[in-house]
Formats: sequence, structure tokens, C-alpha cells
Amino acid sequence: MNETYSAFAGFAQTWGLLYFMILFGVVLAYALWPKNRKKFDDASQIPFRED
Amino acid sequence: MISLEEGGFAIFLVLLAFACIIVAGKTFDQVMAFHAGIGALFAAVSVFLIFKNYFDDGGEAIPAEIDGKPNYNIGPIKFGAVAAMFWGLAGFTVGLIIALQLAWPALNFDLPWTNFGRLRPLHTSAVIFAFGGNVLLATSMYVVQRTSRVRMPGKILPWFVILGYNAFIVIAGTGYLLGATQSKEYAEPEWYADLWLTIVWVFYLLLFLGTLWKRKEPHIYVANWFYLAFIVTIAMLHITNNLTIPVSIYSTKSYIVWSGVQDAMVQWWYGHNAVGFFLTAGFLAIMYYFIPKRAERPVYSYRLSIVHFWALIFIYIWAGPHHLHYTALPQWASTLGATFSIILWMPSWGGMINGLMTLSGAWDKLRTDPVLRMMVVSVAFYGMSTFEGPLMSLRSVNSLSHYTDWTIGHVHSGALGWVGYISFGAIYCLIPWLWNKRQLYSLKLVNLHFWLSTIGIVLYITAMWVSGIMQGLMWRAYDQLGFLEYSFVETVEAMHPFYIIRALGGGLFLLGAVIMAYNLWMTVRHGEAEEADATPAGSLAPAE
Repeated sequence: MNETYSAFAGFAQTWGLLYFMILFGVVLAYALWPKNRKKFDDASQIPFRED
Repeated sequence: MISLEEGGFAIFLVLLAFACIIVAGKTFDQVMAFHAGIGALFAAVSVFLIFKNYFDDGGEAIPAEIDGKPNYNIGPIKFGAVAAMFWGLAGFTVGLIIALQLAWPALNFDLPWTNFGRLRPLHTSAVIFAFGGNVLLATSMYVVQRTSRVRMPGKILPWFVILGYNAFIVIAGTGYLLGATQSKEYAEPEWYADLWLTIVWVFYLLLFLGTLWKRKEPHIYVANWFYLAFIVTIAMLHITNNLTIPVSIYSTKSYIVWSGVQDAMVQWWYGHNAVGFFLTAGFLAIMYYFIPKRAERPVYSYRLSIVHFWALIFIYIWAGPHHLHYTALPQWASTLGATFSIILWMPSWGGMINGLMTLSGAWDKLRTDPVLRMMVVSVAFYGMSTFEGPLMSLRSVNSLSHYTDWTIGHVHSGALGWVGYISFGAIYCLIPWLWNKRQLYSLKLVNLHFWLSTIGIVLYITAMWVSGIMQGLMWRAYDQLGFLEYSFVETVEAMHPFYIIRALGGGLFLLGAVIMAYNLWMTVRHGEAEEADATPAGSLAPAE
């Protein structure tokens, strides 16, 4: 029982942490990438562009 | 020639009607007979409407565009908006009744149909799934069409989704009153209702994806991302938490395939993500469309909205186990749930800041526009309840708060404050847009609604904080000899005044909603029509 726990905790505290950090890094890079700025500024205007 | 869509739905509904009639005839279960009867009636009327519609318009296809402008499909949205208001009033009324029952138990009337145990799920389902669900269906159909600049696909499909969903609500609600329940919180409907909802939901997903697929706007606006996350995740949660095997197809009773603590874990994985994806992601989509639209300014930071979206959906899904502290669930699992709940502070507050700061430079509108004020206060309540929630998920706080009224207070600051207010704001915006009116009948009445219900919410949540914390402290009080200081009934007696204050708060909230319904009725009946071409980019939508 304890071994299952430590194996699970060990996995969560290393790979789980890494997975979330990488995911967050990718999202942050995508959102803040300078080249995407124009695209996102443009997208924020979509609600005002309707017919 | 009848289209494949019309023919397909007609055949499916005819088969459904026959199946329902057979079940209604052979069943030994009166509730099943009643529900099969409703199902047969619904299916038969739907088939009639499909053919009536076909013969009325001569089978002509509805144009996707008129004069180069998208011919938006607003009929089902109108139905959803009206249904939301109807179910809202019903759900708030039942909430007030059960609040009064807690203060004065004689109001149970000693009848099985009106006792607290049956009315409580009727209240929660009516406000969450009937009111909230119709708001989400209506606004999502509106927003996805507008921001994709395209008519949603299908002639029957959108009507099947909105009417089918409301048929589910009728089956679920009457089932509770007649005693048919799975006894899973927020997932009480029995197996046949769940099965029906699954069918409706899959068609809803197809409708939403179909609209996005046809879109004229290259970028998918952030509100649609939140709606999509809501639809997909609710499908996954609903199916997993309702994997039941019926005793017989003629019986309302079923048994879940999960057992013991696994069942509890699945239930609260479902339960918390119903909060996260139904009551949060769906209504955040409303925030990201309706607040910019009403304030006439783009969202504060579109880039923050992207981080908000991905962070929220990837973290929320893990928070469920915090509902099961001090149970048979292993401690590491509930600790994991609490950890993710704390991490949720970041995306929740990021989203809140994004919503609030959209008004940056236009704060004066809060003074002049009570609809916008309602939506901004809603976002403030979102911030407050998402701050409180993670605190309550911690084991030490939970040991005091769990099973007490504090939880009820927390839920209602989110439900009345956040979900209620953002929905009211969206409906106040939608009704004039859908019925082509220049403005609401009366902004003064909106203002009155705002203040009545705000006082109501404050009375409600403060009463529940005091009563809940008192209840928790009384339960854990020991005398010098180590005996419990209070009996259970003493805590009930001590809470009585707070139950009266809570009912008063709920009464004010209901009164506000009644005023809202009157205001909307007058807008539709007597509102000044929007002039054609008055606004070039305008809100003019040709009806079907």
C-alpha cells in the first residue's frame, strides 16, 4: 500500500510537475509570441465585426 | 423533396414514439408509464411539427445569406431565452419554498411530493440545468453564429437540441417529485433521462462544431473555446458518472457500475467539474462576449484570455477529490484535489481581472448602465467565490466547513452572484437584440432588480456564513470531561434565525427576477422597434 503511494507520489511530483510546467510554458509562449500580437489584437475585435 | 435531415429525425422520432408506447403499456412502474407517455407525446408532436413545417414552406431550403449578410437562425435562441426565464422563476420559487421549509418544517405538508428531500434536487436542477442550461444553449447558439458570421447548420437540428433538452428537464423534474432518483448530487435523473440527454448533447456538440466548421471568420473567438470546453467536458462527465444498468427497461430503477469509494470519487469528479465546466467555463464564455459587447470595448487582454482558457481547463479537472476529505478516499487523492484547487486561484483571478479590466477607461458606464453593472458585479462575485472555494478545499478549513451551511453559502455566492448575474446581464442584452428592439423597456426596473437581488444575495451569504461557522463550532465543542457539548438538535435550534434571514434574501432575489420577467415581457410587447439600417454594423437579424 505504502509502495503504491510513494510510487504514485513520486511520479506526480516529478513527471506530473514537468508536464504541467511544459504545458504552461507552451501556452505562455504561444500567447506572448511577438508575431502573434497582431493576430490576437485582431481577434479581440471579432464581436464588433458582425453583420 | 424532403431532406435527409428532416426524414432522418422523423424516422428516429417515430421509432422513439413507438418504443415509448410499448414501454408505457408493458411497464409495472407508474413513474415509468408516465415518463414513457411524455416521451411518446414529445416524439409524436415533434414528428407532426417536422411535417407541418415541411408542407408550410414547400420544402424550400432556408437561405444561408440574405443580401450578402448571414441569415442567422434566431428562433431556437428565442425559445431558449424564454425557457431560461420561465425555469429561472420556477427554480428560484422552489428554492424559496425549501428555504422556508428549513425554517418551518410544517411547510413539508407531510406529503411525499412536497418534502424537502424531493424538492431540493428539483431546486438545484431547475436553477443549474434548466435556467443555466437554457441560458448556455441560447447564448452559445447566438455567440457562435455571430462570431463565426455564419448561420448554424440544419433546419431541424437546432430545434431538436433546444426542445430535446427541455424535454429532458421535464422528465428529470417530474421524476424527482414522483421519487425517481439515482441519489447522486446534481446527477439525480434516472438512466432513461440520462440516455436521452446523451443523445441531445451529442447533437448539440455536432451543431456547435458544424457552425465553427462553416465559419467565415478565420480565428475562433475565445468565447467559443470556452463553450466548446463546456460541451465536450460535460459529455465526458455525464457519461462516466451515469454508467448505470437498469433493473429492467420497464423500470425507473438502475444501478451504477462503480462501487464504493470509486463511485464516490467518480461522483465528485463529476460534481466539481459540473461547477468547473458547466457553471464556470460556459458562463465565462458569456463574460467574454457580452461584457465587451455591452461595454463597447474589446476584452482587456486577448492574450491573457488564452492563458486563462488553457490553464483553467487543465487544472479544474483535477480538483474534485477535495469533496472527499476524511472519507474512505486515500488521503493523497484528496490532498491532490486540494492542491489543484489552490492552483486554480491563478486562472480564476486572471479571468476575473480580464473581465473587470475590460471596463478600464469606461468605468462611468457602471453608473449609467445597470445591465453592465450587473455583469461586472457578477465577475466580482466570481472572484470572491473562487477565492473562498480553494480555502474551503484545505483539509483544516474543510474539517470545520464541511457538511455545514457554510458550503451552502459558498455555493450561492457563486450561483446567485456569478452565474445568476452574468445570466441576467446576458438575457437583458439578448432580448432586445433577438426581438429587434432599440432598448429595454425600463432601465430603472433593471436598477431596481439589481439592488433588490444584491441585498438578497448579501443577506443570504452572510446568514449562511454565520450559521455555518456556528454549526461547525458547535459540532466540535467538548466539555471538560470530553463529552460533546451540544446535541444535534441544539445546533438546529440555534440556526433558526439565520434560516429566516436566508429565506428573506432568497425572497428578494426571486422578487428581482419577477421584475426582470415583467421588464422583458414589456420590452418584447411594447418596446420601440430598432430602425432598419440605423446601425450599419448593427444588431439587425432577419427572422426565418
